Amino acid sequence: MRQIDLGYLMLSGLVFAIGAVGVLIRRNPLVLVMCVELMLNAVNLTFVTFGRAMNDMAGQVIVFFVLVIAAAEVVVGLGIIVAMKRRQPAATADDVSVLRG
Amino acid sequence: MPEAVLLGGEQTTTAVEWVVFIIAATTTLLGSFGVIMARNPVHAALSLVGSLFSVAVLFLNQGAEFLAAVQVIVYTGAIVILILFVLMLLGIDTEEDLEDEPLRGQMPVAVGIGVLLTASVFALTQLVGFDVVTGTPEVTAAIRDDMPNINQIGRLLFTDFVVATQLAGVMLTVAVVGAVVMARRPREYQPIPEPESMDAPLSLDPTDQGADNGAEVAD
Repeated sequence: MRQIDLGYLMLSGLVFAIGAVGVLIRRNPLVLVMCVELMLNAVNLTFVTFGRAMNDMAGQVIVFFVLVIAAAEVVVGLGIIVAMKRRQPAATADDVSVLRG
Repeated sequence: MPEAVLLGGEQTTTAVEWVVFIIAATTTLLGSFGVIMARNPVHAALSLVGSLFSVAVLFLNQGAEFLAAVQVIVYTGAIVILILFVLMLLGIDTEEDLEDEPLRGQMPVAVGIGVLLTASVFALTQLVGFDVVTGTPEVTAAIRDDMPNINQIGRLLFTDFVVATQLAGVMLTVAVVGAVVMARRPREYQPIPEPESMDAPLSLDPTDQGADNGAEVAD
């Protein structure tokens, strides 16, 4: 563990917080997807940092899996958004309430 | 709890690493702020490209060359382009009024949560310091300098993580099928007609297809 590794951890914490705030304050569903990507990236950065601090290759392998998951998540999420926008062109994240789930 | 190990004390950080870190961290933060502050979603997507690219630079700075390449190819090359395509195709690149809040007090609470998250991580790294990483090092495989990064990842993917790799393949297939099913233009929104009797087959005549195509053109 070196001084710069603490810098990486603080940076990823900051980016994760920014992504979380974005998810909470934005209403465009596509921007929400982008903010989730931001949070995933922050976690990826911690994985690589911890992997190097522990001198373990598994950190990078897990990041690879996170990338796979993120790609699949975006594909499915965009499919949902396209289907939703087709029925309700003006839908925002606030309109989740009409689902009455 | 396993004995805490203070790791990598002998590793040194070069000045170049620090400079690259500071520059890339600045651009990462600027891009991240751009994503949540931009009124236009297209601008947010372009800020996301900057942020993700800077994270790729940080990966490179930490010796993860393969991940840096995959980050640029998959994230900035595929995911953001996909998001931009959906933005353009759906024509929802409308500006968003960030001042208007339907749920009163939501914005300050959200920012407060973000500040709390940041403060907790900062406190952890500052108070605990170098003991923040504990545990047994090199459990899976040590990072080796005499072997390309991609070889080490590939070796692990097909030995220790082979089940996870195959599950990831299954999940990607499911995601592709699911995306096709969801993005397909549905037929007319009408209740499924009750068959007259069990002998009557489901309607497969081409006139339905014609009506569907007509609707598509009309759109």
